[in-house]
Amino acid sequence: MLRLWRKIRRAGRVAEPAPPPPADEQPAVAAGLGGSVQFRHLDAGSCNGCEVEIASAFGPVYDAERYGARLVASPRHADALLVTGPVTRNMAEPLRRTYEAVPAPKLVVAVGDCARDCGVFAGAYGVAGAVRDVVPVDLEITGCPPRPEAIVEAVRVLTGR
Amino acid sequence: MSALGVVGGVLQPLLVAAGAPLLVGVTRQVRARLEGRAGPGVGQPWRDLRKLLRKEAITPRGTSEVFRLAPLVLVATTLVVAVVVPFVTTDSALDPVADLFAVVALLALGTVAVALAGLDTGTAFGGMGASREMTIIALVEPTLLVAIFALSVRVGSTNLASIVASTLHDPARVISPVSLLAAVALIVVIVAETGRLPVDNPATHLELTMVHEAMVLEYAGPDLALVELASAMRLTVFLGLLANLFLPWGIATTATALAVLGGVLAFALKVTLLGAVLAVGEVFLAKLRLFRVPELLAGSFLLALLAVAASFFLA
Repeated sequence: MLRLWRKIRRAGRVAEPAPPPPADEQPAVAAGLGGSVQFRHLDAGSCNGCEVEIASAFGPVYDAERYGARLVASPRHADALLVTGPVTRNMAEPLRRTYEAVPAPKLVVAVGDCARDCGVFAGAYGVAGAVRDVVPVDLEITGCPPRPEAIVEAVRVLTGR
Repeated sequence: MSALGVVGGVLQPLLVAAGAPLLVGVTRQVRARLEGRAGPGVGQPWRDLRKLLRKEAITPRGTSEVFRLAPLVLVATTLVVAVVVPFVTTDSALDPVADLFAVVALLALGTVAVALAGLDTGTAFGGMGASREMTIIALVEPTLLVAIFALSVRVGSTNLASIVASTLHDPARVISPVSLLAAVALIVVIVAETGRLPVDNPATHLELTMVHEAMVLEYAGPDLALVELASAMRLTVFLGLLANLFLPWGIATTATALAVLGGVLAFALKVTLLGAVLAVGEVFLAKLRLFRVPELLAGSFLLALLAVAASFFLA
């Protein structure tokens, strides 16, 4: 316990200083949320590269939580879905149902190139299409996988902080 | 009903309802800082609640009135407790209700209502959370009753206001073996009852490790706002009860403006400090395996029993 305390003292603050606020305009739906956006992450067929980057975006270094965002365990608690990966045939219906379970006003963020246009998986036999072919998408994050900075920037566009 | 009791009965629920989300904000902020994060700020739980109140209300298919009424029952019972328990003033607005057994029963009623709502959703996780919560509450309630009962023996009354007033008149009682044993037992059961580490992790995303969160997975919008507000208020009420049973100083004994202001400030300070200590403790603890939780709670029940024995034999 003393060792942990010393480690806390030595590490101090590991969160990097907040970059300047993003220039992109906040979507009208997100403005009504008033600086608090809960995300439900949904893996629609990702290779888990984007998951690693989302985990580090919400980790201590990038600390997306300081802008009023939080990952939650249920779509009912969420305001926005973070969808990763090309939508596989098996995940198209679960994605649709998850979208319906989110209370309005709701947003969908497509994370990574696969979610935007199927990436390297385009045309594969198990892929039903990009996220926007299944549910309406409000915001897209490019990159394969996107850097945590890009994810944090998208989060800040939604929370407006 | 005295003027002091009325002042307390009006001020306390307002203070608890307005301050509870801030208390949760403080505990999250303390944890964030110790983890090296910047943290979202103390006001974040209030921003979350404001947003949830504006969202669409969803009633899942197949749920009944039990599911719809549970958040209201939870908030209502907690508010009644906030009105009657001596937090800011030593007199209670409804003196007969400020009884040890009534207060513990009211708090248990809220827990049972949410557990029934968890069962009512018919989902696997709702039922699992409800069964775990019932396991914990079956061990928590007796300890809670016995620990406070140990303090009531030497006062000769189970009225919480009398217990607090008598500690105020005889400060030496706080460091007696009875008080210390009861305090340790109460701290353990409060940690378990409010769903904090090491019994339950309020920040978890993994359904299989959840206790309280698993029961409320289906709530959305304004209903979820009520459940979250009530959880925060229960944390405040339990910490306030702990603070005033063992360290009642600062509480208002007369109905003058200065005394009441002092009571409000002392209550806010004590509860915030306890909340911060709770958050620091959580950083050092890992979640206990579920089957080890009854051992921890049985240990706290033993301490509470020893406190009662000590209050008879050492008095």
